[in-house]
Parts: sequence; structure tokens; C-alpha cells
Amino acid sequence: MKIGVFVCHCGTNIEGTVDTAAVAEAAREFPGVVFATDTMYACSEPGQDEIIDAIKEHKLDGVVVASCTPRMHEPTFRKTLERAGLNRYLFEMANIREHVSWIGKDREANTNKSVDLVRMAAAKLLNNKPLNAKFFDMNKRVMIVGGGVAGIQAALDCADGGLDVILVEKTSSIGGKMAKLDKTFPTVDCSSCILGPRMVDVAQHPNITLYACSEIEEVNGYVGNFSVKVKRKATYVDWDKCTGCGICMEKCPSKKADNPFDEDLGKAPAINIPFPQAIPKKAVIDPNFCIKIKRDKCGVCAKVCPSEAIVYDQVDEFVVEEVGAVVAATGFDLVDWTVYSEYGGGQYPDVITSLQYERMLSASGPTEGHIKRPSDGKEPKNVVFIQCVGSRDKSIGRPYCSGFCCMYTAKQAILTKDHCPDSQSYVFYMDIRSPGKMFDEFTRRAQEEYEARYIRGRVSMIYPQGDKLIVRGADTLMGDQVEVDADLVVLAVGAEAAVGASDLAKKLRISYDAYGFFMEGHPKLKPVETNTAGVFLAGSCQGPKDIPSSVAQGSAAAAKVLAMFAKDQLESDPAVSVVDIKRCIGCGKCISTCPFGAIKEVDFRGQPKAEVIETICQGCGICTATCPQGAIQLQHFTDNQILAEVNAVCRF
Amino acid sequence: MPVLEGKELRIVGFLCNWCSYGGADTAGVGRFTQPTDLRVIKVPCSGRIDPLFIVKTLMSGADGVLVSGCHPNDCHYAEGNFYARRRLEMLKRFIPMLGIDPDRFDYTWVSASEGQRWQEVVTKFTEQIHKLGPAQKIEGPEAEETLKLMEASL
Repeated sequence: MKIGVFVCHCGTNIEGTVDTAAVAEAAREFPGVVFATDTMYACSEPGQDEIIDAIKEHKLDGVVVASCTPRMHEPTFRKTLERAGLNRYLFEMANIREHVSWIGKDREANTNKSVDLVRMAAAKLLNNKPLNAKFFDMNKRVMIVGGGVAGIQAALDCADGGLDVILVEKTSSIGGKMAKLDKTFPTVDCSSCILGPRMVDVAQHPNITLYACSEIEEVNGYVGNFSVKVKRKATYVDWDKCTGCGICMEKCPSKKADNPFDEDLGKAPAINIPFPQAIPKKAVIDPNFCIKIKRDKCGVCAKVCPSEAIVYDQVDEFVVEEVGAVVAATGFDLVDWTVYSEYGGGQYPDVITSLQYERMLSASGPTEGHIKRPSDGKEPKNVVFIQCVGSRDKSIGRPYCSGFCCMYTAKQAILTKDHCPDSQSYVFYMDIRSPGKMFDEFTRRAQEEYEARYIRGRVSMIYPQGDKLIVRGADTLMGDQVEVDADLVVLAVGAEAAVGASDLAKKLRISYDAYGFFMEGHPKLKPVETNTAGVFLAGSCQGPKDIPSSVAQGSAAAAKVLAMFAKDQLESDPAVSVVDIKRCIGCGKCISTCPFGAIKEVDFRGQPKAEVIETICQGCGICTATCPQGAIQLQHFTDNQILAEVNAVCRF
Repeated sequence: MPVLEGKELRIVGFLCNWCSYGGADTAGVGRFTQPTDLRVIKVPCSGRIDPLFIVKTLMSGADGVLVSGCHPNDCHYAEGNFYARRRLEMLKRFIPMLGIDPDRFDYTWVSASEGQRWQEVVTKFTEQIHKLGPAQKIEGPEAEETLKLMEASL
């Protein structure tokens, strides 16, 4: 094999700490290498043309590019090779940027290491074989997990694009966090007036199947052919019959159930429709509070239900859906603020969260839009907002900025003045972060027009005095201590990954970061893709986002799904396992270890042998390490290829 | 070019493509300074790693071998790292029988987001190998026989 080596400067990214010319010179001595050079930007158009010209001029049959991580530009250079008429697998990359130039400044050591990495790549390349992709059919249906605003947008866009959409939501209604909001920033328009019609669109769209009260149980398969088992949790109400009239709610004698939709402000009946615009508008019984289910007494709802929809002995059901792509849109949860003992840690009823306050402001909320202190129901005069509760705080492991708290606090300060014209709002803040369109103007309006007093500093403690709460904090601009007599304290809590996000990530085989948010394929260039083909992300499950960003990402995920499904067939990665039938003894160990069921037993002249189903094989190579005979080899990562790299780096 | 005399030792890292290779990339993007001794071999999954690769690497003159994959339960291929863990745990006990210091081999889990953790893992392991110093060549007919058998079974 005639190998060409191209050592990229990457501007000064590599050249700054690696002598690329020396690396190229050293590479000329490696077995098989007939041509080596350094180049300014290998990935640029002139860089790629240089590679193509060299392939033609020196009749190269393999190329090594020493540059950045293959996770970045391996596909780019493989295409370059194809343009020059070579097979794309006759290519290797040496990662001398992320793994060398960026992690050390010692030029000699870096150059030395780069030479080794190029030697390893060239040694591996000598053992590479041309591989050709196969094509396979896909199931052009998509599953969206999570029915918040991002999931709704993704579902509608996919459905409008002609796809069959299955929308899975774990609570009894779609709408997510946005449905709980009273108004949205910076336009102060009514949240449910914008979201409500979109929710109705979901319900009425002929292409969308909605599974509310449902969760993902198991995900099998691979891009284009996922098989997802969905758990439809028991609601104790036959939804085919329930008309959402609400009589059961009125008559239910148990009114002590948790009320997650109202953020546990107030209680709910044991049979409940969470809010008037709920989609689907169906009742659900909370079995922990239903007297009939717990003690076999009562049964009022069954008696009053005009459509005989109550089924007390309903059990969880499972459905399996075949889809080609999955969009995760599971959103976020609020940080548990009770860890902050200085803010009362859940002891004082008049210290509430921003989302609880939002429910209080909402006309369909527990106080019907009146601001009332939870302790005595009085209208507050002094309302204190404390920002960065659970965000930008290393001490509780939440060092990141949640991004939207500055804005919703400004909105709530404005709304407070609207609801109670005599009130005075105080906002304790660290910085005001309002980079969106019309955002800064909005926070200024809260201060200038609505006279909210913004105090830069942290609150050190809150303690009760009479029926007031004393909020003591620092004013770092004045260099002074401040104390405010508050009637109500609202904590602007930050976002964290949704409960159960990591479980879903494991089922979908996608990665998540240290905080539990799902990882995108590339922070800049693949914001809605994951590293698992066919799984996309939308909304706050990837990191805290406001409504416009969530909607944009929902549409972006839908565009990616539609683009994928626009092809007739998907191309499979040809780097799959193959069986050497002469060596295979038919022991079946590979069959039992393969996580994908991609290996089957076949009969070869009366002998059992293993055979790989190419389109199912994902190229992990677990079988290769399992086979006692070395009969099954993962192409492109064969034993010989890996050992060639080992030999290139070892010294005896 | 030989290994930098006295400055570097030969450490080979087998990294899975999805988590640890990504983690090493993240460490690079974050410019987390690390010792330069480690040479990375990328494999699709830690489950692809045949324990004999590691033995072969150590017997061929590497001073240390580090394996890193996805955290248990986070495997891109669902369960590859469980296979890896079982095999590598066995290997740990087997290595001393070949006359190799078991401290020259370690395995760990680093996810694609854990750049800082990768920096710590590499730094610690490199320091550990430097403490042990360069590996002694395992010589004699027995060692040659072992190598031959090993190569035949790969």
C-alpha cells in the first residue's frame, strides 16, 4: 500500500505547539509511506484539493491525516478520498489536536507524541480493507418523548411533514411547564392563549397518536427500525368513554390529593383533570387518595359519571410501537430549593417558588389569579424576589446559569404591580442576564416603569417576625447591609435535569452531562442530534431553555427527522463483524453476547455456524472479543489492526 | 524518534469511541493540561477489548496500559462495558502470573462530558507508572512461548 500523510497546522492550533514539518519528515520513514507533507488547513477546500492532487500524483492507495479528532472531521476526509476515487475506509486519522497540541505546551514532547500517533495510524492503515455500505429500509414513523412546548412543536412539524407521530407524555396532559405559566416574557402575553391552540392541534391532527400518562419502558433496535415498548399507566378511567365533563371532580369527597399542576399549592380531588385546557381532557384517579381504591368505600365518581367511564380495577398496559426515529423532549425540573436553610428551607409558608407564584398569578390557578399569602390569605405589600436559587451555585452542584430566571423574575415583578398596584417588589440579584431580543428593555421596564427595586447582592437569611418575614442581605453596590420586611418571598429557582432523565438516556443509549442534561452530538454543529443515530433532542432536556429556544429546537429536531426520512433507504455503516466460516465452530457465544441480536445461527453442510445480519450489526465488536476461535472479526477494528497500532508504539 | 529519555514512558490507552475518547476530546477542547506519555488507541466499545491486547501490549514493552470506557449502564451498545468489566477484572488477577506488575494496568470509566475527570485519570495513572519506572523486559523461552501462544489465539 502507498500511503500519503498530511499533517495539519490547524492555523496555530496544532502548529503552535507541534513541529508539523518534523512530524511529516519523520512520517516519510514509516513503512508504506511514500508521501508526507504538512498543510495549513487540511479540512479546507484547498487542503482537501491538495489531498486529492497528491492521491492522483503519487498514486496513493491510503491516506493518513494528522489533525483534529476523528469525531469532528473523519466523515469530511472520507468524502475527500471518495472524490479522489479511493475507498473511504482506506483512511486513518491521527488526533494531534485534542490529544496533543491542546493538552500540553512542550513542543518537543508534543512533536514526539504526534510522530507516534501518525506511526500508529499508518500501521493500522496498512491493514485496512475497502468496505462498502449496504442500504436498508426504515420505518418512517417518529416517536416524541415529552409533551412540553418543544415536544408539541416537534410533533406538529413532523406530522405536518406527513409523518406518523407518536407523542408520549408521562403526565395526564401535554403542555409541560409552559402550560403552568400565567404570562410569558418579554411580551407579557397569556401563556395558555398561545399554547392552548397548539395543544388542540396535537389532539386533532390525524397523524398524531397521543399517549398521555405513559412512559418509555424499553427501547430496542437501531436507527430506522426502533421498537419502543410504552407503558400506559393505569388511570382508572376508560378514556374512550370519558368526556371530560368534570362532574366526578366536583362530587369527589376526597379533596386531599397532591396537586402537581398547581405546584402543590392547594389540594386536588382524587379524581382530577389538571387544568381547563388539558389535552387530552380526561380524568385520572390518584390511587393514593381514592377512597374506593384504598378502602373499597365511596365509589361516588362511578355513580355520577354520565358515561360510565370509571374502572377501579384498571391495570398498566403495554404497547409496542415501531418507529424509525425518536425525539427526546423531556424538559427540566426545578431545583429543590429546600436545601437552602437560610431561605427557610421549606419551613415558612410565605416563602414560595417562582412556579408556585406563577400558578397563583394564573386565573385558572389555586387562588384564581389573586396574589394571596399562603399563611393567611392576605394580599402582600412587599414582595421579595431572590434570584439564582439553585443556579450559579457551586455549593449545591449547580454551577451553571439557568438562563431564564432573570427574565421571569422581571415578568413576575411587573405582574405583581399589575395585580396589586400598592405593592412594592424587591429583587435580589447577582447579575442581570437578559441577552435575548427585547429582553434588556424588559428588565429595565420592570425597574423604571414598574418601580421594582433591584438590589445587587445575596440574601444571607430570612426569618419570621410577627406575620412578616425579614429578609436580610447585602447591597454590594451600596456596600451596605439591607433588611426588607417582606410579606411574601418568591425564590427564582433554577433548572435541573428532569427526574428520570438518566434512566431514559440509558434506554435510548445517549449520553448525558454531569448535571444530567442530554448531550448533543456537537455543541456547535449538531445541537439537536445525539451520538446515537436516529435519536434527536428538543428543548430543555439538553440544557435550560426559554420558550422561543425550545420551540426553535423542536422545529430543528423535526427538520432533522424529516431530512432523514426524505431518503428512500438508510446507508449502513459497513464496519460490521464478519464470520470466517472455516474457523467458526458454531459454539454460539457471539450469538448470546450480541446486544442487538445481529448474529444468527445458520446451517453450513450440516454444521452450525454463525452469520452476521449486516444491517442490524452496530459495529461494537463485543462478539470479536468473545469468540474463542478468533473467527468473528469486526471489520475496520480487527485484531490485526489493533495489534498493528500496539506494535507501532511499543519498544521491545 | 525514541521516547523522550527520562521524561516520558510508554503508556497505551484503549478508549471507547463514545464516552472516553469523547471525554479525552473534551479535555483537549477545555485545554486541560495533561502528561504527554499516553498514546490512545480508539476502539468502538470497551467490550471490543480482548484482554490479550493488554497482555500483548505490556509484554511488547509498554510501561503501562489504561483502559477507559463508558460508565456502567451508559454504554452506547447497551452492555459492552459490562463484558469489559468482567474481562478486565479477571485480567487484573491474571497479570501478576505473567510476571507483570499489576499496577501497570488499570481500567476506569469516563464519560464524554467528563473532560476534567479524564485529566485527573491520566495524570494520576501517569504518575503511578512513573513511580514504577520503565518496565523490565520479560525474557526467556517461557515468555516467548506465551507471546507466541497469545498471538496465535488472537
